[in-house]
Amino acid sequence: MASHGPLVGEFFMNGDEACAEGAISAGCRFFAGYPITPATEIAERMAERLPEVGGTFIQMEDEIASMAAILGGSWGGVKSMTATSGPGFSLMMENIGLGAMMETPCVVADVQRAGPSTGLPTLTAQGDMMQARWGSHGLYGIIALSPSSPQEMFTLTIKAFNLSEKYRVPVLIMGDESVAHMSEKVTIPPPEQLEIFPRRKTSLPPEEYLPYKPDADLVPPMANAGEGYFYHVTGLTHDERGYPDMSAEAQQKLVRRLIDKIDLNKKDIIEIEEDQIDGAEVVVCSYGISARVALLAVKAAREEGVKVGMLRLITVWPFPDERIRQIAGKVKAFVVPELNAGQIALEVERCVAGKAKTILVPHMGGAVHDPKVILEAIKKAAK
Amino acid sequence: MNGNGKDDHIETGFLLRQDRLPHIWCPGCGLGTVLQSFLRALVKSELPLEKVAIVSGIGCTGRVAGYVKLDSFHTTHGRAIPFATGLKLANPEMKVVVFSGDGDLTSIGGNHLIHAARRNMDLTVICVNNFIYGMTGGQVAPTTPVNARTSTSPLGNFEPAFNLPNLVTAAGATYVARWTAIHVRRLENTMTEALHKKGFSFVEVITPCPTHYGRKNRQGSGLTQLKYYRDNSVIKHGAQLGEVGIGMTDPITVGKFVDIERPTFSDLQSRIRSPKTAAEVQSTKK
Ligand code: SF4
Repeated sequence: MASHGPLVGEFFMNGDEACAEGAISAGCRFFAGYPITPATEIAERMAERLPEVGGTFIQMEDEIASMAAILGGSWGGVKSMTATSGPGFSLMMENIGLGAMMETPCVVADVQRAGPSTGLPTLTAQGDMMQARWGSHGLYGIIALSPSSPQEMFTLTIKAFNLSEKYRVPVLIMGDESVAHMSEKVTIPPPEQLEIFPRRKTSLPPEEYLPYKPDADLVPPMANAGEGYFYHVTGLTHDERGYPDMSAEAQQKLVRRLIDKIDLNKKDIIEIEEDQIDGAEVVVCSYGISARVALLAVKAAREEGVKVGMLRLITVWPFPDERIRQIAGKVKAFVVPELNAGQIALEVERCVAGKAKTILVPHMGGAVHDPKVILEAIKKAAK
Repeated sequence: MNGNGKDDHIETGFLLRQDRLPHIWCPGCGLGTVLQSFLRALVKSELPLEKVAIVSGIGCTGRVAGYVKLDSFHTTHGRAIPFATGLKLANPEMKVVVFSGDGDLTSIGGNHLIHAARRNMDLTVICVNNFIYGMTGGQVAPTTPVNARTSTSPLGNFEPAFNLPNLVTAAGATYVARWTAIHVRRLENTMTEALHKKGFSFVEVITPCPTHYGRKNRQGSGLTQLKYYRDNSVIKHGAQLGEVGIGMTDPITVGKFVDIERPTFSDLQSRIRSPKTAAEVQSTKK
């Protein structure tokens, strides 16, 4: 199969298409998915593009199968991805947990729509943010990114693959319908200008290799299937050999590490964007499409003389606790606009721990906020 | 057993994770025998071992993956086939074997089973059918024969059972066979053939679960169950698939039912691939 490189140049495309192109630029060569609005265009684009770059696309029978298939694809040695929206994301949860337990690098794009249940299939929301963190049963660390533009659907998809290979964890791209369906200029740099984190391969021979013995950063190096390592991988609690170990001690050691490998590497993982936080009286904390809308309100508030800063979460999970704590001591309030009834606002409130007010600007989804509502919240908070 | 002395000395111990033994299976369980047949088949197949992976779901049979010294994956309940599908598509040189129980493959995993057969995904699926859920304590399965007692059909099962060879053949499997745990040599030969088959091969193995199915249905020990299979199995290669369903006391039809050629998912997929140059791709995308 001839392999052609990724696209290079400037394009006008929507967020879903940009996500697919980001995946291809990141080296993703296996996509298993199931159609669902508003994520379908990612699958459609992959169906067209993967054969062109020597990759494989398969439309599976459902989302559960899609998630299981990308775990298999990743162990087969190929960067793998799926894309879905809320209902499908719910179905994927068990195998996202398996991915976390087996420490399988892979990327899941959840293009959020309004729920619960079938909700508003073609309209935007940010209602899956807590599901992204806690959706699968048990305890584990996870990484979730939140793009605000088609360009970020591209760049953050690459980042998602990089983090996923680096920390051996499923990485979630928490898009939303608005970002997925808006078309804007997307710049795709030449491959040599992109930073791509390769798979963490073991340098040990099979006799010495322990598949779950971590490096200093708590992440174990990997061997792909078919390379003669003859390892066992299981969703059961396991020891460093990968063998099931049904003891509280093994659970403590393994699950603690699955959480710590994300927590203790927060500095490396977390990316936030800040604007005029120093000297601010109020800080707006938002993400995804809501952050873009909030920016209009922030600008309007500044014109009216309010000292307001903006904190945009690019990485949502792990949560930037430390930075929010630092800011909390210096401002009156955080204003948190989000397209749900307050999921990330709870996290902000937790970090602020009473040192400032947390003002949620909720919206049940179906549309984006009216910037005026956010402006009013900012002005009220500044008083 | 088959009178061919040289076959009796196939060394299979090196294929087991000896450091994980003893296994968790009950005395008299058929799983050990089925696994042994598989290991012998694997040796006879002469496939390079580093290119063979085994994937299983959950349950007693799901534990097989943990005892075999291959790249082995113990996945979620019912999802061994899609996991194996991803592994195979990512690494086409590998022979991927799904080794799992009837509940795993045909109940929670039923959707994946029929779709993998429909696509003729290049996988070997070994379905250990003991008519019951073993690990969760003997509940009714989609394979439980009518009138059989289980802990969730205490008055006797009234739901019709799947005829698995018929099901997977209708869905598109290109190799379908059934044996019982007493047919160790035939099973071994069938598994060897299945391992070499390109396409979706399905081997059903009727296996005793003395702890649950045997006890609840007064079928006695594992050995008694095996004797029952010996006395009540009818070998009928190429049997009419509509007629190979399994009842409580009917004879069990065994044999090789299907062995046909049909392009696999990957064959068909590579046919439709028409690589464009990077420049062509760009001009269509601008
Ligand atoms: S419960 Fe049944 S299937 Fe499971 S190990 Fe015991 S005998 Fe075998």
